[in-house]
Amino acid sequence: MLGNLADPMIYMLGFGYGLGHMLPDAFGTSYIAFIAAGTVCSSIMMSASFEAMYSGFSRMHMQKTWDAIMNAPISLDDILIAETTWAASKSLLSGCAVLLVAAALGLVKSWLAVWTIPVMLLTGLAFAGMGLVVTALAPSYDFFMYYFTLVITPMMMMCGVFFPTDQWPQALQQVAALLPLTHAVALVRPLMNDTVPVAWGMHLAMLALFAIISFQIALAFTRRRLLK
Amino acid sequence: MTYLSVHGVRKSYGEHEVVAGIDLELKPGECFGLLGPNGAGKTTTLRLCLGLTEPDAGTIRMFDLPVPVEARQARARAGVVPQIDNLDPDFTVAENLLVYGRYFGLADALLYARIPSLLEFAGLANRGDDNIKALSGGMKRRLTLARALINDPDLIFLDEPTTGLDPQARHLIWERLRNLLSQGKTIFLTTHFMDEAERLCHRLAIMDHGRVIVSGSPRELVRAHIEPQVVEIFGDGAEAWATAQGSRLSERCERTGETVFCYAHNVDALLHDLEQRPELHYLHRSANLEDVFLRLTGRDLRD
Repeated sequence: MLGNLADPMIYMLGFGYGLGHMLPDAFGTSYIAFIAAGTVCSSIMMSASFEAMYSGFSRMHMQKTWDAIMNAPISLDDILIAETTWAASKSLLSGCAVLLVAAALGLVKSWLAVWTIPVMLLTGLAFAGMGLVVTALAPSYDFFMYYFTLVITPMMMMCGVFFPTDQWPQALQQVAALLPLTHAVALVRPLMNDTVPVAWGMHLAMLALFAIISFQIALAFTRRRLLK
Repeated sequence: MTYLSVHGVRKSYGEHEVVAGIDLELKPGECFGLLGPNGAGKTTTLRLCLGLTEPDAGTIRMFDLPVPVEARQARARAGVVPQIDNLDPDFTVAENLLVYGRYFGLADALLYARIPSLLEFAGLANRGDDNIKALSGGMKRRLTLARALINDPDLIFLDEPTTGLDPQARHLIWERLRNLLSQGKTIFLTTHFMDEAERLCHRLAIMDHGRVIVSGSPRELVRAHIEPQVVEIFGDGAEAWATAQGSRLSERCERTGETVFCYAHNVDALLHDLEQRPELHYLHRSANLEDVFLRLTGRDLRD
């Protein structure tokens, strides 16, 4: 839990205060408020991914906890639903903790920010599902590094966590528009800044799509891995 | 009434047919043992019975419920001790039982009432608050057995329950299993320890290459498939002796590693011959299940 909280906090405060003074109101708000919203989303991404991959893999492969549970009247589908929900709720806690710190620093403008809670949960479900897909395919823990390096880190840069996506060339912006973190940021940032997000229905639908599709893929791969 | 019936079940992985058409029946109150060398298909058979993998052909029924379609309901009345311990290291000894009981949808009040007697049964009465990592291999095995009893099952599956345990721990597990049988529980166990099968099982089946080769009570199998007397001969020159004398003085003479096994109904002449040869050591005993097993599954090493 400490890792899930301390890490995003350090980024938020470090960049926010360190860089913030050099970028006065460049983003329609203070830079630290801008980055606080990004950090809420990235902490959810990180925490859900870690839980679904490292902890999930431990329970599935190393400790054989899933095997034990499947000997009870519980199916693999139930276990996967539970893992996704667990990873999403753990990431929701991370997101809420960052949000509370941001609120304590006066970076949350109104009660509209309460609406970030369902957004955070949906974001957590999307990243938990994606993490479980990787877990289902992983031969060992080392495999997760590929996903972090090739998927998570680029999203961190491309999806508007540290700076607006319109800084990128058009082609990259189009790619970014297909990534789940972009939609989470597009919802959370205005909500924390007392604004109803533009096209919020579309962003929610994209997150929901990621959550549903990734879960179905994870289910198919895990069934193939464990029930054959 | 049967608790478990398996008919014509087959399962292949790619080209390899792991279970090649087997039939099994388990009646209430009996202890049934499935024996076989490594890779014979024992664990896959168990997974098929529990509905954890789908058969390519054949029918399986547990408690008269079709498996795997209604395996979940069937598993509510079954307990499983897996081959590899998979206790949850995040929980204490007692919590492992509590959490596992919840997977069966049992109320906490019922579980709290049940846990002390299960800990007693596992010989872990004072260890309820201990971390799993603090337990020895034998203790973990006993706790896994207690965990399999949390739902008060009618049928208990054990996959090689004493593999990797020291003799003291094995005897303790056997004593507990006999205890369960005397309570009227039904047991389905797989093993490659012949003494385990001989001690516990009312009925057993020997499996190899995905098929059941023979089945019956341990005594029936010994009577039907092997000569009653065995002499094991080892020491320098055992092989030469086997070629020159052993095959003449016994009905069947086989070699495993550096030991020669001679089987016969009457071994007087053979023993008389051996007494003249001080360089050879020998052991005369009656035939047991291991002799049957080796005869039927061969003496080659299995990997």
